[in-house]
Amino acid sequence: MTLQSLIPDDLPRVAAAEQAAAAEREYTIHVCMAAGCLSQHSDQVKQRLEQQLQASGREHCCVKGVGCMGLCSAGPLVSVRPAGTLYRAVTPDDAPEIIENLGVAPVERLVCPTNRPFFTQQTKIVLANSGEIDPERLEECLAAGGYQQLAHALTQLTPVQVIEQVTRSGLRGRGGAGYPTGLKWSTVAKAGGNQKYVICNADEGDPGAFMDRSVLESDPHRVLEGMAIAAYAIGANEGYIYIRAEYPLAIKRLQTAIRQAERAQLLGRSILGTSFHFHIHLRLGAGAYVCGEETALIASIEGKRGQPRPRPPYPAESGLWRSPTLINNVETFANIAPIIGCGPEWFASIGTERSKGTKVFALAGKIANTGLIEVPMGTPLRQIINEIGEGIPGGQRCKAVQTGGPSGGCIPAEYLDTPVDYESLGALGSIMGSGGMIVIDERSCMVDVARFFMEFSMSESCGKCVPCRVGTAEMHELLARIGQGRATLADLELLQELCETVKYTSLCGLGQAAPNPVLSTLRYFKDEYLAHITNHVCPAGQCQFEEAELLAIEEQGVQL
Amino acid sequence: MTVSERVKTLVIDGRDVSARESQTILEAAQEEGIFIPTMCRLEGLSEVGACRLCLVEVKGSNKLLPACVTRVEEGMEVQTRTARLDRYRRTLLELLFAEGNHICAVCVANGHCELQTMAQKLGMDHVRVPYRAPRRTVDASHARFTFDANRCILCTRCVRVCDEIEGAHTWDIMGRGVESRVIADLNEPWGEATSCTSCGKCVQVCPTGALVEKGKAVAESVKRPNFLPYLKRTRGQHS
Repeated sequence: MTLQSLIPDDLPRVAAAEQAAAAEREYTIHVCMAAGCLSQHSDQVKQRLEQQLQASGREHCCVKGVGCMGLCSAGPLVSVRPAGTLYRAVTPDDAPEIIENLGVAPVERLVCPTNRPFFTQQTKIVLANSGEIDPERLEECLAAGGYQQLAHALTQLTPVQVIEQVTRSGLRGRGGAGYPTGLKWSTVAKAGGNQKYVICNADEGDPGAFMDRSVLESDPHRVLEGMAIAAYAIGANEGYIYIRAEYPLAIKRLQTAIRQAERAQLLGRSILGTSFHFHIHLRLGAGAYVCGEETALIASIEGKRGQPRPRPPYPAESGLWRSPTLINNVETFANIAPIIGCGPEWFASIGTERSKGTKVFALAGKIANTGLIEVPMGTPLRQIINEIGEGIPGGQRCKAVQTGGPSGGCIPAEYLDTPVDYESLGALGSIMGSGGMIVIDERSCMVDVARFFMEFSMSESCGKCVPCRVGTAEMHELLARIGQGRATLADLELLQELCETVKYTSLCGLGQAAPNPVLSTLRYFKDEYLAHITNHVCPAGQCQFEEAELLAIEEQGVQL
Repeated sequence: MTVSERVKTLVIDGRDVSARESQTILEAAQEEGIFIPTMCRLEGLSEVGACRLCLVEVKGSNKLLPACVTRVEEGMEVQTRTARLDRYRRTLLELLFAEGNHICAVCVANGHCELQTMAQKLGMDHVRVPYRAPRRTVDASHARFTFDANRCILCTRCVRVCDEIEGAHTWDIMGRGVESRVIADLNEPWGEATSCTSCGKCVQVCPTGALVEKGKAVAESVKRPNFLPYLKRTRGQHS
């Protein structure tokens, strides 16, 4: 069946037909086809499972490729429905056994228990369909309620009402800064001009962060629907998704999804038979981290060099081709349909006073359960690390948690009871960021962590403004000296002064936030810096001091 | 100035100042004879806000604002010289000196270099950050001019004048961060860049000794960037 020229009344009918077809199936085997499991050859697992199923002659069963199931470290993951049995680290050779045991008993050696906190303590809004639906089939998306909120908004709500609902939900931007989404929408809606644009920022680039990639690979239609609702609310008819070219699978799935949605009249001209038009175009980023900054992103879409420009004017007033432009992150758009569907009060009931809803985090670093999680705002870090993440492997102790990537900071283990929300993380000198969460154990040197992130900021600086271009390079040099045991206390003082200058004088957020990893490690781990400088010792035992002894002698010589 | 334009009053360094609403803090200050340091800005070219020397403190704003692109507002209270701003400006100049190879004694721009003059004016008398001492090239392939990348501070005045005034767009920036550098056409020797009209405007606007005329002695190498506002006026463009 090809879905073409749908009108609002068609949506429940198509959904019901798809649900009925699913209900007829005795067993459905979900195989993760997101980037994490695919890198472990889950495509071969899926192929073997299909072959075995066909050979077994069983009817009313099917193998389905789905999006991310979250526990990436245990991939490739396979889930048997309706029983819900989860198999971990499945190889193609396990396929016969899995098929033979369908309806008999689970294959014990492959079972991944799902009664663990990783599965029970999450609240899934953005990831509700991830791992459940085939991201390449529009019918499955519709069966899960996709595009029904767009239909509802277009036929039942005025643009002002849509914005009012988003405002009341308390949703804040998920790209990192946490700007109130409703306020941003109403600003762009009120801006003058006939031409407006909606941009989805999918230029995810923080080291260790893969939330947006996973959402786009697992449930692309959710983001398209959110963008279409936003476009209707602010009065735009053109939209762009700026996605980094390093995400080929997400790009392919987005292209498929846009094509399907356009054919079904869920995007494009006269959406769902109404007078609302909205076209979405894809633009691929060429690997510059700074293009995630909104003004640089706009310059890049316009075909210019991806460099930020001073704000104001903000994009809401003068953005893409000088027209009012709404820019939101992937996860922000993914939250829109549930807010319209379940109501702003429901959304606002989740989370804390000033941070509403859930947040998707990419757990990485020294943690047992590496993968993607979604928790209510305000969840304590300790619960995320020790329960959902199941702690540090190898009996090590947690030393710090890095959030917010190169713009964020390190939160030491003694603050693990901090609730994860915009204000609490900010008060500790870190930021919420886009959702990267890197766990650091006692074997890691904090000076080296700071140096790593400074190296990242240095090589990703666009080079436009002086403090970021030269300041990051100089800070990196000083951090490298400390790590090699050849720095002096004067160097440390200079480093602190450079941090301040770069923070307050840089042109865009990249430069302004670049000193954060240094400032936060200096705040909580200054003794480690001092140990490197005065004693030529790395407390974590990570840094190598080949010349340190020589230098120490040299210094003594100078003192004498 | 358009007919409907309004006049705003504001306070700069404790002095009451009036300015047209389209004017920037920098323009308002300059008309009053208040000095705000600038490096990347040049009258007649578009503003990029890249050197950050013109940052000022504005009451009620938690951020420092670049005077060259921030429009005046009614009742604004601006501080252009504070201990904090002076410190940042000196550090920014130190970073510029440490980034390239700026050795005044052997530079053709010695004595009429904007970077050198600014350092003297702001009291930056030594560089504390490590010198990067990069190995950069000198392009002497052009018949009349030389480009010495060692003395380039990436202010992009040459890029802008070539694009906006001459319309040739010979110059542009290649690379990222500290690896950024000015290139001619598609990174070709300047002498082989077919788009170059050899007008020499880039040489006149370059604040340092990066772009210079060949065969001139130090004393003769004075830059004359004042043609820009004149050119714009005669072309009927508002600067």
